[in-house]
Amino acid sequence: MEKFSGKVWVLGDDIDTDIIIPTEYLALETVNDMAPYAFSPLRPELAGQIQPGDIIVAGKNFGCGSSREQAPEIIKALGVKCVIAKSFARIFFRNSINNGLLLIENGELADVAKEGDTVAVSLNEAITYQGKEYPIAALPDNLMDIINAGGLVKAMRKLNGLD
Amino acid sequence: MGMTMAEKIIAAAAGVSEVIPGDIQTVTLDRLMSNDGTTHLTIDMYEKLKNPRIADVDKLVWIVDHNVPCDSVKTAASHKKMRDFAKAHGITFYEGAGVCHQLMMENHVTAGELIFGADSHTCAYGAVGAFGTGVGCTDYLYAMVTGKSWLLVPETLRFNLTGKLPKGVYARDLILTIIGQIGANGANYMAMEFGGEGLKTLNMSDRIAICNLCVEAGAKTALMEVDDITLDYLKAHGRTPKHVFKSDADAEFAKIYDINLSTIRPIVAKPHFVDSVVEAKKCVGTHIDEAFLGSCNNGRIEDLRAGAEVIKGKKVHPLVRFLVVPASQAVYQQALEEGLLQIFMEAGAIVMNPNCSVCWGSCQGVIGENEVLISTGTRNFKGRAGHKDSFVYLASAATVAASAIKGEIATADMV
Amino acid sequence: MGATIIEKIIRNNTGKDVKPGDIVTVNVDRVMIHDIFIPFVASKFEEMGFQKLWDPDKVVLIYDHLVPASQVDDTRHFRVGNDFVEKYGMKNIHRADGICHQLMTEAGYVKPGNIVFGTDSHTTTYGCVGAFSSGIGYTEMASILGTGTMWVRVPETIRVNITGTLPKNVMAKDIILRLIGDLGADGATYKALEFAGDTVEAMSVASRMSMSNMAIEAGAKCALFTPDEKTAAYCEMTLTDKEKDLVGDADASYCRVINYNAEDFVPVMACPSNVDHVKPIAEIAGKEIDQVFIGSCTNGRLEDLMAAAEVLKGKKVAPFVKLIVTPASRKIYQQALENGTMAILAEAGAMITHPSCGLCCGRAGGILTDGETVVATNNRNFLGRMGTSKVGIYLASPRAAAACAVAGKIVVPE
Repeated sequence: MEKFSGKVWVLGDDIDTDIIIPTEYLALETVNDMAPYAFSPLRPELAGQIQPGDIIVAGKNFGCGSSREQAPEIIKALGVKCVIAKSFARIFFRNSINNGLLLIENGELADVAKEGDTVAVSLNEAITYQGKEYPIAALPDNLMDIINAGGLVKAMRKLNGLD
Repeated sequence: MGMTMAEKIIAAAAGVSEVIPGDIQTVTLDRLMSNDGTTHLTIDMYEKLKNPRIADVDKLVWIVDHNVPCDSVKTAASHKKMRDFAKAHGITFYEGAGVCHQLMMENHVTAGELIFGADSHTCAYGAVGAFGTGVGCTDYLYAMVTGKSWLLVPETLRFNLTGKLPKGVYARDLILTIIGQIGANGANYMAMEFGGEGLKTLNMSDRIAICNLCVEAGAKTALMEVDDITLDYLKAHGRTPKHVFKSDADAEFAKIYDINLSTIRPIVAKPHFVDSVVEAKKCVGTHIDEAFLGSCNNGRIEDLRAGAEVIKGKKVHPLVRFLVVPASQAVYQQALEEGLLQIFMEAGAIVMNPNCSVCWGSCQGVIGENEVLISTGTRNFKGRAGHKDSFVYLASAATVAASAIKGEIATADMV
Repeated sequence: MGATIIEKIIRNNTGKDVKPGDIVTVNVDRVMIHDIFIPFVASKFEEMGFQKLWDPDKVVLIYDHLVPASQVDDTRHFRVGNDFVEKYGMKNIHRADGICHQLMTEAGYVKPGNIVFGTDSHTTTYGCVGAFSSGIGYTEMASILGTGTMWVRVPETIRVNITGTLPKNVMAKDIILRLIGDLGADGATYKALEFAGDTVEAMSVASRMSMSNMAIEAGAKCALFTPDEKTAAYCEMTLTDKEKDLVGDADASYCRVINYNAEDFVPVMACPSNVDHVKPIAEIAGKEIDQVFIGSCTNGRLEDLMAAAEVLKGKKVAPFVKLIVTPASRKIYQQALENGTMAILAEAGAMITHPSCGLCCGRAGGILTDGETVVATNNRNFLGRMGTSKVGIYLASPRAAAACAVAGKIVVPE
């Protein structure tokens, strides 16, 4: 099973899609053009601080709000390895899976994690933080299928006999 | 030695009996208009003054019209600065009630006044025989603080109008023809004065459209002889003239033009200069992406009527965005009452709240790369309506409406 | 064992009995794409290798977020959309007719029992006519365009019963805000909401629309009302037995049942900066405001404009306060012109814009700056949604919003 670790950025509850990427920037041509504005209403400097491999830890209802798929795409474009939150909003959840952004639900980590610390993840098994293990659930099979295919676009290309 | 209208107004404002072109006079201003294009800059300068004061707050009129409703955090901040200052100092303030020049005509300007506006199209006020001229925010600030300013007395170009515009030809076509004839700098530093029998065939809306555009020939101001149409308009709006001046028979004009209105034809000003005029017929068939009926130049009830007459019962071309933007709330309400808004909505137009809209090239209806706009706005400069590589044609309300239906430049007789 | 409305809709669509938690593939009846996302849908669709739409008549493209264009880049979306329409032979396109969610039901694209997806979170709106509709991202939309199918997990249902008569100053908006406040912003995540009771039966389809529209603000996958005579009239159709049967059965299994007495509702507002931060207006009255916005797919319908006009008739918007009215559709604008509503609003000093998303989507239409406060009838008050993060957004009913515009401060509507 895949294992990785990363430095964490800690956010609160109800991080909505307008915080992740304000509407103002949605007509920019590419996700990379939008990425510098990620989280700008809340923490304008954050997008510039996040390094590839970092992990976002947040409270409940992460990604609530709009269906804008740029939200998970931008988080991925910033190099974020995964988001660990108490819970995720459903459209954001689907969009993340479809784009191959890993989401992990855990009810406790957000209350204890300190920004700048490191957490270790064993996929579909557990998170380790400050020597303590936090169990995590495995994803359902149909979602693992999309992830294993490399996202929905690749799954459809396969369907159309292209890859 | 006789004086022109412009000279008489300046003499009165300077408190002297005679002025001649080239004199620099210190004048007391009757009114000072400023809008959200630059007022925030004026306020910034004002607040840096050692002893900031306003000479006569009753003469100030501030109008938010360029970005309404607000389209960005930046403009929201400049509006707030303007609103808070107006509130604190008791300045007459409008926000969203219409385009500044239209509101000034409806509510403030009268014959014989000398008015500075921090907007180039302030020359529109000549329609009622007032000397209006556009200034920058530094000039504006000085006038606001002292109540006075200096003015170089302009030479005057006189336009004697005869005859009557043919049906389907509008004031817009007339002034574009004149600008084409004298060129974009043909009236630099000068006053353009209009009179003659033909003037009596032009209503107040026509007169505003003509004076408004004179700055596109470089004019310092535009002035029309005061007649019954002027006096009726002022009376209907609850105002009386300050002075009724007429150029003396022996006044000296830099040049006199005689224009027979019956010879004017529908005109289009092609990109990217207002004096790049041709007969509309010569542009027929040019592809368009957007059409705009509105602005301080052609957003009055008469213009909406002309547009509605063309489009009634017809549909806007599916690939054309047709923006209809009344010049003021009063115009909007009148158009509503006359059923014109219903006609435009039924045709598929986009009817917006009164504001400068795409004439100002930001906020609403901006055009993209290589797109083409036909507009009743004031200017067709490169990039004026959006992308730097886009194209604006200027024309009358009727031509714009006809083009909106066809999806390409067309005249009203073609639809 | 009985079934909930969502279970019946999915059963009818798939021909299989389903229970919450099942993962099923449904046949999609209609999809909606709007201007913000069309470029992304188009590129994903082609990247996936599809050659044609599964059924061009089932695809609707609506320009609403960017109408009229406020930035030069916006027009690129129109160009991409127009090209897509032409290339794939689409007929259902609206370029300046109003907000997508209003048009989907108003123009007859959605009928009771349909399964509909849209590239917008407020797609839950169509539950007002008994359709299962939900928001998705552009990648999934692209895959539906090619396949006509979509996987869904059958949701559990929260049943909300409301009985009795609403106080005069309370609108459907107050009910849905209260419910969101009670449930919390994630209280219905992954779940269906189902509304019933005589209060709901007495409501217009427009009022039901305000409620289903905002279900997403509690995280819901969809929000359903049983189709009735009002639905039939609104959809200009006669209901079949199958459509009439879209009722939550008495013995259906609900994960939660919430009961409200209509008489207990009071006018409320969602306070900055979360939709579930709901308080009775009486508790926050007196706060000075800078702007009022009446419009959006939540509350830009004729009955909303008329409720505002009733308050504003013969009155003026308070000095230095702006009132922006953005009707939800061209048809509504025209009806409001015809019945005198627009004349009243204009006389009161409202700035009336063309039907579009306007301020609600935060791109134009009345953006605000630090320290300003807006009372708005739309669906979201997130941080920075309408300008800087120091703008206070209070969500309210049109009646309350109009009363605030006159008073220049937050007041309880009479």
